[in-house]
Amino acid sequence: MSNPANLKYTASHEWVRSEADGTISIGITQHAQELLGDMVFVETPAVGRKLKAKEECAVVESVKAAADVYAPVSGEVTAVNGELNNAPEAINTDPYAAWMFRMKPDNAADLSALMDAAAYQAVVDSEAH
Amino acid sequence: MGAKMVDFGGWDMPVNYGSQIDEHHQVRNDCGMFDVSHMRVVDIKGKGVRDFLRYLLANNVDKLTVPGKALYSCMLLENGGVIDDLIVYFMEEQWFRIVVNAGTADKDIAWMRQQAAEHAKAHPECYASGEDGAESESCSESEALAPEEAVKRIPNAYLFGDMSQEEAAALIFEKQDEESAEKPLLEIADHPELSIIAIQGPKAKEKLWAAMPGSQQLTEKLAPFSAVVVGTMFIARTGYTGEDGFEVMLPSIAAPYFWNSLADKGVEPCGLGARDTLRLEAGMNLYGQDMDESVNPLESGLAWTVDLKSARDFIGKAALLANPPARKLVGLVLQDRGVLRGHQKVHTAHGEGEITSGSFSPTLNQSIALARVPKEVQTGDQVEVSIRDKMLAAKVVKYPFARDGKGLI
Repeated sequence: MSNPANLKYTASHEWVRSEADGTISIGITQHAQELLGDMVFVETPAVGRKLKAKEECAVVESVKAAADVYAPVSGEVTAVNGELNNAPEAINTDPYAAWMFRMKPDNAADLSALMDAAAYQAVVDSEAH
Repeated sequence: MGAKMVDFGGWDMPVNYGSQIDEHHQVRNDCGMFDVSHMRVVDIKGKGVRDFLRYLLANNVDKLTVPGKALYSCMLLENGGVIDDLIVYFMEEQWFRIVVNAGTADKDIAWMRQQAAEHAKAHPECYASGEDGAESESCSESEALAPEEAVKRIPNAYLFGDMSQEEAAALIFEKQDEESAEKPLLEIADHPELSIIAIQGPKAKEKLWAAMPGSQQLTEKLAPFSAVVVGTMFIARTGYTGEDGFEVMLPSIAAPYFWNSLADKGVEPCGLGARDTLRLEAGMNLYGQDMDESVNPLESGLAWTVDLKSARDFIGKAALLANPPARKLVGLVLQDRGVLRGHQKVHTAHGEGEITSGSFSPTLNQSIALARVPKEVQTGDQVEVSIRDKMLAAKVVKYPFARDGKGLI
C-alpha cells in the first residue's frame, strides 16, 4: 500500500489530512501499523486539550507493543474517533481511513513543514536500511 | 512466507507470518507450527547421570522410570535463583536428554559441566562400575560423606595392587583433577545441529500423521509429556501453548522438508508472537520474564516443579528451605480498557507487586498478565495497575487463563 499523495506525514509515522473546516485529522501510517501488528487498544486525547507540536498525546497498542502517537503541530483537539475503542483493528485494515483525533492547528502554516508522501517514503526506506 | 523477523539472542526469528491473533486462534482451534530451533538440545550420557541430575535439578528425575518420559524442571543456583527452566527426557539409564532455552544455553552447559566435575569429585561412587559390572547403588539420598567415609566407599575397581584405600583415594582424586579437564566422567554434549519444530493444536495429531507416513503407529499411543525416537527424529508430545501437539527434533538438514510436508497438509506457520500469547494464556512461565537468577521457583508459581519432600539433596534446596517465599506469582485480568505489560507496578492491599508478563488474550478478548505480588494477595482480590499516568482496575485470578481451545476465566 503506498502512502496517499494528498496527505502530509511526520517522521514519527503519523499521517495528517487537512479537512474542509480548517481542522486536521491524524492517524498512523501503513508502515507503523505493519510494524506494530494486530491493534487491540487505542487511547485518544481529551477533546479541548491543547497540544504542542511533537507532544505525546495518544497511544496505540498492538498485541506485541505499545506506541505513542505525537501531535504533528501545535493546536487544540476538536474531536476523537470513538469507533476505534471497539474496533482498533480498523487501523490494521485501513490505516488511512482510521483517523484517531482531529485538531485545530494554532498556525496553519505549520503544516507546510510536514513531509509529503515521497519524503516520508524515504524515511521508511532508510529505517529498513 | 512473508514473516516479520526479529533478532532473538542472535537468531533471526519470525514474530508473525500474518496476523498474530489469527495465528493464535489457529492453534487453539485447529493446528499451527512453530520453528523453535533456537532451543538447545543437550544430551548427558554416562554412568551416574541419574545421580547427577537428581542433584542438579529442582524436580526429581526419579519420577522418570519409563524411557521417553519427560519432566519439567528448574535448574537452580545455590541461593535458589533460577538458572533456567528445561525439559529433561529419560532415554536410557545412562542417557538423559535436556532441552534448554536459547538465550541461556551456553551458560547452562557451562554450569552443568562445572557441577558434573564437582559432583564426580564428591561422589565418585556414583560413577564407578562394580567389578561384576553391576550398577552402583544410588548415592545421592545420603548426606555428603566425610572424607574418611568417602574413602571407605571407593569401589574395589579403583584399587591397585597392595595400595591402601587412602593411597588409592589420593591417586584417584588427583587423577580425576587431571582428567576432568580432558575427559569428564559424564559426557555433556549439545546438539546445535538439531532443529525443533512444534506442531500444536487439537488437530496436530492428524496433521502430523498425514504429513509423515508411518508416524501414526509410532505416536498414537504416546502419552502426554513422553517422547519416542524414530530414526533420526525425536517426537515428543510436549509444547508451550496449552494445546495437544508435538515438538519434533530432527537434523537441521531435514527440517525444511519436514516443515514443507506439514505446510502441504495445511499446517499454518505461526510466529513467536502467537507462541507468547498462547503460553501466557496457558499459564506457562517464560524464562527471563517470569523468573531468572534473581528469584526462586517458589515465588515464580513453580512450587509444583520443586521436590522438597524426598530426602535427596539438590542444588538450591537448602536456600529454598531456609527462605520461605514472601511473594508469589498470580494471574491478573484487566477490567478497565488497556493492555497489561511486563514491569507495570501492581498496587495491592498488601503492598506493591510487578507484572512479569502481560499481553492481550485473543481467547478471552481482554488483557491478562502474570504478576509477582506479596504472598498475602488472594484470588478474587481487586488490585490496581499503573499504566502510564493512570491507575487501572484488575482482578486477581487463578491461572491458566485458557487451554484446550477454551477460556477458563
